[in-house]
Amino acid sequence: MMVHNLISTILITGENIGVTVSLAVIFGGLAWLMYRSIKGREVDRRVIFLFIFVAVATPIIFTITFEFKATPIVRALYDKIESLPENSTVLLSYDFDPAMAPEVQPMANALTRHCLAKGHKIVYMCLFATGQGQLERTFREVIRPEFADKVDGIDYVNLGYKAGNEGVLNVIITDFQKMFPTDVNTVPYDSIPIFNNIKSCKDLDFIVSIGGGRPGIKEWILFVGDPGDIPIAAGVAAVVAPQLYPYYPNQLLGLLGGVKGAAEYENTLKDNYPRFENSDTPAIKMMGPQTLAHIVIMLFIIIGNILYFREKRLGKHK
Amino acid sequence: MKKSTIIIFALVVLVFIASWILKGSTNEGDSPYLQGFLVTLAAFLTLAIMSFLYKDNPYYKFAEHLFVGVSAAYWMCLGFWSTIVGNLIPRLSRGMSDFFQVPYIEGDYNFFFVIPIIFGVLLLMRLSPKGGWLSRWPLAFIVGTTAGLNFVRYLRSDFIKQIYSTIIPLVVEWKGFGAFFSDFTLSATGQLALMGTNIVIFIGVICGLIYFYFSKEHTGLFGRASRVGIWILMITFGASFGYTVMGRISLLVGRITFLFKDWLEIIN
Repeated sequence: MMVHNLISTILITGENIGVTVSLAVIFGGLAWLMYRSIKGREVDRRVIFLFIFVAVATPIIFTITFEFKATPIVRALYDKIESLPENSTVLLSYDFDPAMAPEVQPMANALTRHCLAKGHKIVYMCLFATGQGQLERTFREVIRPEFADKVDGIDYVNLGYKAGNEGVLNVIITDFQKMFPTDVNTVPYDSIPIFNNIKSCKDLDFIVSIGGGRPGIKEWILFVGDPGDIPIAAGVAAVVAPQLYPYYPNQLLGLLGGVKGAAEYENTLKDNYPRFENSDTPAIKMMGPQTLAHIVIMLFIIIGNILYFREKRLGKHK
Repeated sequence: MKKSTIIIFALVVLVFIASWILKGSTNEGDSPYLQGFLVTLAAFLTLAIMSFLYKDNPYYKFAEHLFVGVSAAYWMCLGFWSTIVGNLIPRLSRGMSDFFQVPYIEGDYNFFFVIPIIFGVLLLMRLSPKGGWLSRWPLAFIVGTTAGLNFVRYLRSDFIKQIYSTIIPLVVEWKGFGAFFSDFTLSATGQLALMGTNIVIFIGVICGLIYFYFSKEHTGLFGRASRVGIWILMITFGASFGYTVMGRISLLVGRITFLFKDWLEIIN
């Protein structure tokens, strides 16, 4: 489907000379490499890096985007937030660092947009120290410019980072205040209106962990979701997503896996909320480079296999 | 040092100084030259790390060593301020809480909080040639409590609940062939897809377990099931590899976007 979309983009937007020329260079170069490999010439690894760079850079400079339909596992997370009654309390845990940010920050921003637009209250916290900085990005990019009417302490609260990994989760499942006596602005727990009826994680309506390392979603499932029977979902970096699929749907309500999951969520949000029509959609933009880079990688796998079988036929392969 | 190395070094320094001055003069805000310097430095470090793809070089080594040093210092400071000052001191002493300017937690004082301090000091004894053995006590405590804490959680979530998740109906919402064909859909949430998913899970688990069962020779029907198990494992590894590629490409997209947008300003 994506290959079809890509070809349509090339043919229909023929006037976009930059895209056409770049794609011609990439695929022409690959055809030349294929010819060389058939002739028995090896491909230097640096040539592969160069092709990947061009394949990634081209759609960034000459924007190529696609439409995405949410898969059931992404839709489940979206529908859960939709189905919660207004004024529900959702906890978003920023369990990631700048290294994971290109993949998971778009998820965090999209989830924040969705929750606030739906009228839910958000409790922010981090199990990664560096998550605090990423949380500040959400405040700067989403909350302040798009939800200026929302009030700190009433509509959302930032509890910040607390050291202790799964130890933190082991405490907040019974008592939030014990681990977070104040928010990041040193406002005492008892004075924060959002916590009027919340003593522990069991009083929350929904929890979403956004991350991809340890501590992360696995710890949330083990220490909070399963023992407390609390609905949990996750947005994770692509590297860990396959390890989390076995938890779906019984222990994990929904999962955004990598930038594709984020793009599907952004697309669903844009389709259903006209107010986000012009909001930034970094994950959708990232899928252009992803698609092209994947096609190039697949073609290199084919070239590598041609070379392998040719050498095997000639008896060179040991 | 070779002449060519010096020329390349001088060129790199010149390019990045020019970039700093250009960015500083075009930036708007409170401290444009500082912002320009930070963006230029980030761009230099990004390119220095990426230069390893060509071959190992001093710029890569510099960036790598800088990263390791800064990370070590960052995590050490963070450990002190978030664990000792953030978690311990507010529960131990009002005077020290005032000194470190963290809010004292009333009524949470417990003498036993001194024990983690002692264990923390004992852990550092590892650095002493004679008292190194003392660090084994806190280490034993950490290993013991972590194992105990995780044992129950893993048993419940990764063992019992996973078995429960595998025991699923192979025929979903069956109301007869008539209803099946009249409501037929290839949608991912349709009856056919759900039944297909459950059957794949069932066969995958059984064949995967057979592959790891070594008390019986893998021949005949058992051997064929074992080979299906291998295929299931290979598909799983392939899916993991695909996801890993997607993750790495995303990171590359992040860095290239930074270079084009924040540094070179050739895209919006």
